[in-house]
Order: sequence, then structure tokens, then C-alpha cells
Amino acid sequence: MIDYSKMLNNKVQQLKPSGIRKFFDIANEMDNVISLSIGEPDFTTPWHVRQEGIESLRKGHTWYSPNRGFLELRKQISNYYARRFNVEYDPEEEIVVTVGGSEAIDLCIRALVQEGDEVLIPQPSFVCYEPMTKMADGTPVIINTKAENGFRLTAQELEEKITPKSKLLILPFPNNPTGAVMRREHLEEIAKVVEKHNLVVMSDEIYGELTYGKERHVSFADIKGMKERTVVVSGFSKAYAMTGWRLGYALGPEPIISQMLKLHQYAIMSAPTTAQNAAIEALKHGDSDIERMREEYDMRRRLIVDEFCRMGLTCFEPEGAFYVFPSIKISGMSSEEFCEKLIYSQRVAIVPGHAFGDCGEGFARVSYSYSLKHIQEALERIERFLNER
Amino acid sequence: MNKLLDIISKNNDFTTAQLAAMLNKSEDEIKAQIKELEDKGIIKGYKAVIDWNKVEDADVTAIIELKVTPKPETGFDDTAKIVMSYENVESVYLAASSRYDLIATVKGKTIQEIAEFVSKRLSTLENVIGTATSFVLTQYKGDGIVFYGTDEEEQRSMIL
Repeated sequence: MIDYSKMLNNKVQQLKPSGIRKFFDIANEMDNVISLSIGEPDFTTPWHVRQEGIESLRKGHTWYSPNRGFLELRKQISNYYARRFNVEYDPEEEIVVTVGGSEAIDLCIRALVQEGDEVLIPQPSFVCYEPMTKMADGTPVIINTKAENGFRLTAQELEEKITPKSKLLILPFPNNPTGAVMRREHLEEIAKVVEKHNLVVMSDEIYGELTYGKERHVSFADIKGMKERTVVVSGFSKAYAMTGWRLGYALGPEPIISQMLKLHQYAIMSAPTTAQNAAIEALKHGDSDIERMREEYDMRRRLIVDEFCRMGLTCFEPEGAFYVFPSIKISGMSSEEFCEKLIYSQRVAIVPGHAFGDCGEGFARVSYSYSLKHIQEALERIERFLNER
Repeated sequence: MNKLLDIISKNNDFTTAQLAAMLNKSEDEIKAQIKELEDKGIIKGYKAVIDWNKVEDADVTAIIELKVTPKPETGFDDTAKIVMSYENVESVYLAASSRYDLIATVKGKTIQEIAEFVSKRLSTLENVIGTATSFVLTQYKGDGIVFYGTDEEEQRSMIL
């Protein structure tokens, strides 16, 4: 018998599988489960964007693209970030097109982090920052954000975790799973600490188009002095409902992007050609699609927050992404127990908060990337579950 | 378009409290708006959306196009009024078409019943100079709801 554990890299073996997996497996084995657990838009990609993908195939564009991505796409990304978020990047040297935002995160962490470096990771947050840091021999330093601060990162919380080894700060806002956003004044406070300790920042702005209320998302690169020390990571999945196309990008200073590009070249070659051609169309003519989907999300968000509050599940009002993160403490159960009982008793799948970091304990992530009808049914079941107790 | 109408035209299952939350209004405002829409006759009623494909012994539906000679002053209205007065007529439209002027949907127990209705009641009307009847075999979509081929929702499997 081969001992695979000796064959495999120790660091990989020690990575914990994503905590969401378990609920997915339970849900898969049961009938009539209604899920509010998925982290992708329920909309299909706008038709005119799909058409460009089809057209690209029809014309026989089946070859690799340049490593960085098509220049036309990089120009459109550059226009887009300037138009919507007020930051300008040189399409020739400061942009690399990746296979989803996830690849951009991986490239960025690997290009920046080496043994001994500390990576500051605010949690609750997306599940990949910590394992990627470990694979790069960095040390994850977790910063627990708090419900009473609206799950924002505060300058003080950041300052407390800084050591001489601190190198990279991850800024995951608008946030999955809490829906927290950082407004300009909050980012300015963070920028002072970043500057003082000479940190580099990876700003994960994949949900940048999904903020609610009058103020739009502010890119960390738009804060004075921060562009030169920030890599912005984003993509097409959430804004344009293009998850399956696997297309993202990183924007940053040329010396960092050129090193990320080497990793991308060797590991990936280039992002999918069909997806890139569709994405050009999305950037050229897709602004109204974004607004339409955002309005719909906003309506669902208000419904779900209102209903949770009525049921007694305290819910800080999420201002971004498409998740709410209610406190389930009223039930007297742990997150895990709550979600497990909910799925067995009423067949509703949601994700326990601790899957996104220990400080997510006592909360659950509920996605509203579902139709109103679906949400309504799930809400009724959750209410029945709470009344049963 | 009125956002409230947009929502309830697709799904009228919401409580006024839920509608208020979604539209960022108070519940009283929503109640008042609904009353106003009802009073003005914009909201005409509330009914279930039924996929008749799945109902045994369901009625037959036909779409009937009518070529009509318009009258001075009243145009097509007089004929439309007569057509819509029949109980088995579900809807009547005036169409901008080169071939036909009025389009009606009609229900009946059998094809024969509808055929008889068209030949005896509609084509004999004074200003009707021609009709074309199409019988519905399958309804794929109705009232904005897809009826056909959506029983299995596609599994969305990514769950990070």
C-alpha cells in the first residue's frame, strides 16, 4: 500500500477543508431542501454578453490570448475602473486578467509573501486568504471585526495586530459573509496605519458594484497615497453574473503586477478567450445590467433584514454584497447546531458563521441571491423553526 | 413603471409589511397605495396563475384574429365591445397589423364548440369581414411564468 500522506505536501494536508462543505453534503442528500447558502448571483449572464461569447466561438477564436489578457479587454477594464471608481490604471503594465478573482488573490499573495511575513486578515471573511497565506509560508494574523462596528475593520484593531513582521493587509470589503462596507472615512483611517507601518494592501473589491444606499463603493486605491501600495482584485462574477465564465483581474503597481504575471504565465498561460470577448461587451454596454440587478438585490435585502428583525434574529444592516449575517444567539445554540437543526427540521440550508472565521460564531450567513419567491418560502420555514422552539 | 405593481403582478403573496420593507415605505403608505390603485381600477383583481397543461379535461384555448371594417367615429370599439361581451372570451386586443385588427382569446370545452362560436357569433358580426382561428396546443409561458420544462431547477453547486 502506498502511504499517500508521505507523498503529499504537509502544508496542503494540514489545510482545513472549507467549513461550508458539510452543509452542502447534508443538503444534497435530502429532498425538498431550500437553500440560502450559495455565493453567486441567481441571474444568468445578460443576453448581449452571452451573445458575444457565442460570436467569439462562431468566428473560431479558439486560441490562447496574450498572457496578460487581450489589450482591448485591459483597456476596457482601465476605462471601467476610472469611470466607476475613479482610479486609473495603465492597460499596458498595471493590469493582468486572471481566471476569476480567486486566481488574482492567489497570484497576489504568492508574489508578495515569503517565509516569516505576517499577513493581516480581517474576519469574518472569504475562506481562501488564510490557506493561500499558509501555502506561501506566510503567517496569517487574524483580526476579529465586531458586530457593534458593523463588522468594519477599525484602525485601532489593525494597529493592535501590527508587528515588525507585518507585511500584507487584506481588505475584504464589501464583505462576504457580513455585507459590511468601508466608507471613505473608514478607509482613510486605515490608510494612515498602512502608511505608518509601510504595509502593502490587497483590496478584494469583487463585490464593489453591490453596495446599497446613496454612496457608492470607494476603492482603497482611490485613497490618497494608497494606489502605489495596493493591489486591487476584482472580476466579472458578481457584478455581471458571470461566475461560470471564470474571469477576474488584478490592478496594481507595475513592479508587483509584473511578478504576478510570471506566476500567471507559468501556471495558467492566459484566461479563457471566449470569456474575455464576452467581458469586453459587458464592460462596454453592461452598466445598466449592473443597476438592474443591484436594485433587485436591494429589494430582497430589505425584505430579508426586515423579516429577520421581526422574528427576533438581530441583524446588523448589510450595506454591500448579497449576504445578511444575522445573530442566532437568541436561540441559545451554536452556529453549527442552529444550522444543522434548521436543515434537518425545516430543510433550509444556510451557512454557520464560524466557517468564515472563529469570530463568526453566533452568526449565520444567509444569501439573498435567490428569487423573491424562494426567499419568501425560506423565511416562512425559518420562522416555523424558531416557533418550534 | 410603478415598482409596487411590478412586484405584485409577478407575485401577490407578500404581506403589506413585506412590501413596505422591500419598497422602503411604511405599511400604511403601501396600504393606501394599493387602495388607490384598486379605486382607480388599475388593479382589477387577484387570481391564481394556473398551468392548464397539467389539468385534466382543461378547456381548449383558441386565438382568433378578426378583420374588421372600422366605423366612422367609433372605429373598432363597437365590434370589440360585442366580442368582449361573450363570457367565453378571455381577452380582446386591438392590434396594429396589416392583416387583422382585433385579436381575441377564447376558451371552450371542445374544438367544435369554439369553431361553432366563431362561425355563428363572430364571423356573422356586421363589420367583421374575415377571421383566422389558431388552436393552442401547449402553453409555454403565461402571465410571465414559464410553464414548460422548468420542473427541475438547475443545481447551483458552488458554495464558498
